[in-house]
Amino acid sequence: MEALRYIWEGAIPLQIHLHESEVTTIPSPPPAMVLAPRIGYLPLLASQIKPYFSSTLPPGVDTIWFEYKGLPLKWHIPTGVLFDLLCAEPERPWNLTVHFRGYPRQLLIPCEGEDSIKWSFINSLKEADYIVNGNTKNVMSMSQPDLVELWRSVLNAGDLEAYLRISSKLKLGGTDHEQVLNSITTSSLPGQSTSEMDIAGKVMTGRIPVRLYVRNVGEDFDNLEDAPPVNNWDDVSYINRPVEIHEECKCLTLHDAIRSLLSELFLEKATTKEESTTIIGEEERSDCTEQVDCKKTEERGPNFCDEHFQSYHPSIKLVRIQGIEPKCEIPFSWVVNNLMNPEYFLHICVFVTVQQVRC
Amino acid sequence: MKQMVGTCEALVENTLALDGTISSSDFYKAACAFVHRWNLINSDFPSWSWIPCQKLRWISSDDKAEGYLSLEKICLQRPQENEQEKGECFEEIDTAGNNNESLDEATLVPFPSDHQEVHYYDFQILHCASYSVPVLYFRAYSCDGQPLTFEEMKKDLPSQSEDALLNSKWTFITQEEHPYLNRIWFKLHPCGTREWMKLLLLSDASWFKNAIAIERYVASWLSVVGQVVGLRIPMEMLKDGGGIQF
Repeated sequence: MEALRYIWEGAIPLQIHLHESEVTTIPSPPPAMVLAPRIGYLPLLASQIKPYFSSTLPPGVDTIWFEYKGLPLKWHIPTGVLFDLLCAEPERPWNLTVHFRGYPRQLLIPCEGEDSIKWSFINSLKEADYIVNGNTKNVMSMSQPDLVELWRSVLNAGDLEAYLRISSKLKLGGTDHEQVLNSITTSSLPGQSTSEMDIAGKVMTGRIPVRLYVRNVGEDFDNLEDAPPVNNWDDVSYINRPVEIHEECKCLTLHDAIRSLLSELFLEKATTKEESTTIIGEEERSDCTEQVDCKKTEERGPNFCDEHFQSYHPSIKLVRIQGIEPKCEIPFSWVVNNLMNPEYFLHICVFVTVQQVRC
Repeated sequence: MKQMVGTCEALVENTLALDGTISSSDFYKAACAFVHRWNLINSDFPSWSWIPCQKLRWISSDDKAEGYLSLEKICLQRPQENEQEKGECFEEIDTAGNNNESLDEATLVPFPSDHQEVHYYDFQILHCASYSVPVLYFRAYSCDGQPLTFEEMKKDLPSQSEDALLNSKWTFITQEEHPYLNRIWFKLHPCGTREWMKLLLLSDASWFKNAIAIERYVASWLSVVGQVVGLRIPMEMLKDGGGIQF
C-alpha cells in the first residue's frame, strides 16, 4: 500500500522551455515550472503550461507536444516512464521543450486533447482486462459514471481512494484492492503494514500485462551521466507481451520475468547456433529458485556475425520501474502488485549495453 | 453442445485452439501458408510477403519467425460521384485474364486508370501478443508519396466502415504506433477479433475434418477484416487447399 501511495503521489519537477521557433517576442518568456504526476500524461499539463507562453506564440492552432534533447516525446507513455527511460541519470528539474505548432504527425500519435488520452488509457485498460480475464467484459460493461470517475481519479493523479473504489470492481487481480481499501479505511491505526505483507505474499498465476522498454546504450560506461542521449526512438525497443506465470512457477522473480521477455539477451555463452537453441529451450523451463542480481549477472549472449568475426555482448545494465531499481531477485508478484500503473500495466525500463568484441 | 466441442477439440489436435486465438509461432506458420497459397492463386496480383523483423534490432539473429505480413502499394481508387453504390467502387482491372473468374469482386487495382485520384495503401498483418490474434495495420498515401490524413483516408472506406467509425471513433480504426517501425499507422482494433474468429471457425463445417486449420487461419481472418478497408480476397483462398473436397 505504501508503495502504491508513493507512486500515486510521485511527481517529476519539470522546467519547460518554449521552442525558440515559436517565440515571437523579446525577451523570450522564462521557462515554466510545473510538477508532472508520474502516472499522468504530458499533454494533460497543457492548461497549466499554456498561460506562460500564450502571449508569445505565433498565430495558428495549438497542438501541444514535447521534446527532450531533440527527441519528440510519445504522449501515450506515462510521464514517469518517459523520465525513467530517457534520463539515465535523473535530472531535476527535467528540462523539456514544449511546442504548440508543427506537430510531427509521422512520429507521434495524433492528440486531440484530453479525449485522445482518455481513450488511450481506456484501450490499455481493456487490453489489460483481456490479458488477465480473456475478454474485455469488465471494462466494457463499466457504467458511464464509473468510467468518468476512474478517469478523473487518474487525471487528478492523487485520488487513490476513488481509483481503488472503482477499479476494484474490474476484478483485474494485481493489487488486492478490497484489501488495500480496507487498509485505507483503517489507516489511522498503527501497524497497518500487515496488509502490505499480505499483498506482497499473494501469489498470482496467469498472464500479467507488461510493457517493456529496452534502451540500447551502446558501449558500457561507469557513470550514468555518460549514457548517450536517445536521439531516435529506434534506440528503444518496445515489447508489449504479457508475462505468463504458471502454477509450477510460483516463486517467479523479476529476473525470471525479464528473462522470459528478453530470452535473446540470456543465451549463455553459446558458441554455436545449435547450442544456443538448446539453451533457450532449457531456459524456458526456468529454474524458479535461482536468484540473480541484475548487476552481477554475467549471462551474456554473443551473437556471431560471421562476416566480420565480431561478437556482440548485450548485457543488462539496469532495470528501472517507477523510478526505483528493484533487486532482480524480488518476487515478480510483489513488483506487479505494488508498482503497476493505473491501467494495470507494469512498465519496465531496461538499459542494455552492447559491447562489440573482435574475435 | 459442450460434448460436441469436446470431440471437436480432439479432432483438431495439433492445429489451433478453438477459441479463435492463434499463438505467435502458429501465426508465423499460418502466414507462410497464406503467402504460399496467395501466390499460387493470385500470381498476377501484388503478393504478400513475410518480413522478418526483430524487436531487439541491434542483436543479429537468424530468427525469421518474428515479423509480419506485408502487401505494399495497393491502389485504391477514390469513390466517384456517379458510383452506383459506395463500397463497390473499387473495380478490378482485368489484368488477370483467365484468372479473372477466381476473383470475387476483387478490389486490387494494380494499375490505376487515368483521371482519377489514386491513393496507395500498404497493408501489414502483425501478431498481437495481448489478444493472441492478428492485427491489421495500414497506411495510405497519394501518388506523390504524401501520407493521407485520417479524414482523407476515411473517404476511401466502404460506407459501412464510415458508419462504424462514427459510432466508435476510438475503438475501431485509430492511429497508432507501428510496433516495429516506430511510425504512425492506422490500426484496426483487435479486441473483438477472437469472438468472431471463433464463430467463423466453428461455422466452417469442413474445419473439423481436416488438420489444415492453421493454414487457413489468415485467409479466414482477412476475409472479414479486409472488408473493413475494402480489400477483398478471392473465394479460392478460403477453399480447402489440401486437395480434399467436401
